[in-house]
Amino acid sequence: MSQQAVNGVPCRGKVLTVDNMNPNVKRVEYAVRGPIVQRAVQIEKELREGVKKPFTEVIKANIGDAHAMGQKPITFLRQVLALCSYPELMEDNKFPEDAKKRAQRILGACGGHSIGAYSASQGIECIRQDVARYIEKRDGGIPSNPDNIYLSTGASDAIVTMLKLLVCGEGRDRTGVMISIPQYPLYSAALADLGAVQISYYLDEEKCWSLDVAELRRALNAARQHCNPRVLCIINPGNPTGQVQSRQCIEDVIRFAKEEHLFLMADEVYQDNVYAEGCKFHSFKKVLFEMGPEYSSTVEMASFHSTSKCYMGECGFRGGYMEVINMDPEVKTQLTKLVSVRLCPPVPGQALLDLVVNPPQPDEPSYATFMKERTAVLSALAEKARLTEQIFNAVPGITCNPVQGAMYTFPRITLPQKAIDKAKEEGKVPDMYYCMRLLEEEGICLVPGSGFGQREGTFHFRLVWLPASLLPPVHIQTSKSFNLMRFYVTTLYCLNPDD
Amino acid sequence: MFHLALVVCSIWVKILTFLNIKQLEYAALARRATQIQKELSQGVRKPYKELTDVCWGDPHSLGVKPLTFVRQVLAACVYPELMSSHKLPLDVRQRAQWLLGKCEGGSIGSYPASAGIPEIIQRMSKSIARRDGGVPCNPENVFISPGSQWSLTVTSLLLTSLNDEAPLRTGILIPVPCHVTTITSITSLGAAVVPYFLSEEHGWALQVEELQRALESAKGGCNPIALYVINPGNPAGYVQSRKSIQEVIRFASEKRLVLLADEVYQDCVYGKNSEFVSYKKVLAEMGPPFSDTVELASFHSVSKGFMGECGLRGGYVELVNLDPNVVNYISNLNYDTTSVLAQFALDLMMNPPRPGDPSYPLYNQVRNAVNAICLPGLSCQPVEGGAFVFPRVFLPPRAIQKAKEEGMQPDTFYCMRLLEETGVLITPGCEYRQKEGTYHIRYNIKNKLNSILLPH
Repeated sequence: MSQQAVNGVPCRGKVLTVDNMNPNVKRVEYAVRGPIVQRAVQIEKELREGVKKPFTEVIKANIGDAHAMGQKPITFLRQVLALCSYPELMEDNKFPEDAKKRAQRILGACGGHSIGAYSASQGIECIRQDVARYIEKRDGGIPSNPDNIYLSTGASDAIVTMLKLLVCGEGRDRTGVMISIPQYPLYSAALADLGAVQISYYLDEEKCWSLDVAELRRALNAARQHCNPRVLCIINPGNPTGQVQSRQCIEDVIRFAKEEHLFLMADEVYQDNVYAEGCKFHSFKKVLFEMGPEYSSTVEMASFHSTSKCYMGECGFRGGYMEVINMDPEVKTQLTKLVSVRLCPPVPGQALLDLVVNPPQPDEPSYATFMKERTAVLSALAEKARLTEQIFNAVPGITCNPVQGAMYTFPRITLPQKAIDKAKEEGKVPDMYYCMRLLEEEGICLVPGSGFGQREGTFHFRLVWLPASLLPPVHIQTSKSFNLMRFYVTTLYCLNPDD
Repeated sequence: MFHLALVVCSIWVKILTFLNIKQLEYAALARRATQIQKELSQGVRKPYKELTDVCWGDPHSLGVKPLTFVRQVLAACVYPELMSSHKLPLDVRQRAQWLLGKCEGGSIGSYPASAGIPEIIQRMSKSIARRDGGVPCNPENVFISPGSQWSLTVTSLLLTSLNDEAPLRTGILIPVPCHVTTITSITSLGAAVVPYFLSEEHGWALQVEELQRALESAKGGCNPIALYVINPGNPAGYVQSRKSIQEVIRFASEKRLVLLADEVYQDCVYGKNSEFVSYKKVLAEMGPPFSDTVELASFHSVSKGFMGECGLRGGYVELVNLDPNVVNYISNLNYDTTSVLAQFALDLMMNPPRPGDPSYPLYNQVRNAVNAICLPGLSCQPVEGGAFVFPRVFLPPRAIQKAKEEGMQPDTFYCMRLLEETGVLITPGCEYRQKEGTYHIRYNIKNKLNSILLPH
């Protein structure tokens, strides 16, 4: 094979070209891992190769990856998973009895007692039962049917699967999907990939990113002109905005969905990440059922959760589930067939999910350590949430809404006209320009607001404020807003805010 | 009811998309098997005491033990405290340390890069090159995925054009018989499958004349853009000869088809005169113009072979000669990033213990016996590789009639009778498509059928 071919130098006459390949694929953009991240990775390479820069390392504050930022895994979870991976460890008395029991139960449900066997496509049955029990407990006793639980490869897998099921039609009849602006770019990417119509509804920045039904109605009515709106997606607690919707708001959304015959998709992966005083996570399902049979027996909904966030932060395991409510049985049959195409979700991720929904109980040996670690993680996150808001609002040109939940802040930046013009010259969106400059000059990697969507004429960026291992203190330079940013960011990342 | 209006549209349109995802034949057999299981546990007398399920090729479910080295490394990566103990061999600890060092924050809980952990891909590329006798492998063309079906689906997605500018649906040639999930992966995207029949009389050989016929048949119905091959085969257990692979490559080149080569069973070769050689290697050996131009995607996974780690969901696709502009888009399609454990498993598969390593002696021991017994009264082509036996069943007209009366395919009917009389659960050939008027059955080669069936 010629060196050319190995390097993929384009030759004439390719069978598959960008012109004849799937056109939807070209529309897929995923800002969280987009050009700014690619540049950050390049810069890291350059640093490793000894290239001199005004900073010694890149602070990657672009992705909600807890462990990458130094958050420690929960001991109990890892012990059980190790026992599942290598059951000979059951002989080792360093492992607590409750961890061994959990592992035995999980392995007993696996083919050949191995996590290496395929599971049922919908997920291991006893784990789905445990998930259903967890949901019932969380929602004050409202029944959950394990048959309505689908385990998945992270929440993203389930979200994309549902969208695949719901998107149909041609032309004016093409499915329209309502998503919030700003939104987690997985949604816009999936919609582009599926060729669905994106219907944007704006969260209200002035009112702490809350959802307003009037705005939903405006967006929907406008959309009816050119598509067939069928789905309403909501992320609560929010990403990138971190808002926790009030109970009243959730009721209003449910009512709206019913009136307009919309399928609700409730992304609740941050349900344990709620910090602000007066804020509480209300699951869509719970609110739905508390609204009485007129709603609870008719509104069609799917809610999503995963093992990637909350106190676990186990993104790399790809564990998750969705619960479908009031789904037509024939559609459910199609859903079950659709998930069978990818065979099954990774079994270690299913096992991890089982532990998350079935944690140590007060009478078990691992309980004390588990609770200590869980509390430590969540309170560290709560402290960062508070600090973030405080710090960013003190920087001139940056305003930041209270961080109520999740792991992010989405501050608004005021860019001088000069910067906006410069950005135009370079063919960049202004906040992308700002973020690129921040990356090149200060080594901080953020995602520009344009990657998540924002109101015309406004600029934002998303910063992940997870705790990190100690970073070397940075010499504070001038009071340029960039340097201030770095100072405040490294303050956030060090455990001692007085550095 | 209100919501029916919403879902009727969904069902109607979805019927069009899922036209080819029909209920598995196996479903009826599985239901009956569950019933029989119940009856047995209630003490109902039968000519057998228990059910024998030999349907699937899932090694661990069949009692194949996971490789100790693999599981020790994975456990140490999951719970690094284990590395401080000397109970784990040195090479296990060293490998775990190396792998964890490639994760952000030193934890398998962090997100891996979209295309896969770069250092693991680098190493995999070297192993692939080694496998192919030195044919270079460019790491930029290797993408880790949650399994080969996923890789196939994404690659097919890339090929599938359903917009108004493309007047015909994309078509992909597939063998008959063919693994069910493969067909479903393709049709669920809205693409068409164009069947080409493998020649049973010639040991399930792939014949170019048949490929030609298939291509002709597609005219006006769809736009064939790719040719899917699986080697070693599933359900038919053939291993393609070098000559056969060359013919396929020549055909693909001539007819301008992208080659999709499913090679997940490359480590499952049993035939005395059989040898696995990769499509990539043969392509390289053929030299220009083929080696520079034929577009190829080859798929592999940790699910089969010696590892049999189906549940971890790990695999990769290597793209050869694809337009780099096209290749760039693949990383955008990686929503389901592959779990870190699966990526580690890939590294362990492609870079096993070597002679001199503490874990090598145990690793080297594991070679499982296969049982390619042909059920009495059937005829079977030699099983050279793969995971299954796919014998042909000759049914008398009476049986075929009976099957019709009961509303079943004849081979499903055969399977049902086998289940009732011997408690053995297998799958019917109609599940995999077959030549009109022929009937087959499929069961795995890890079976213990000798004791059940031979005295029969």
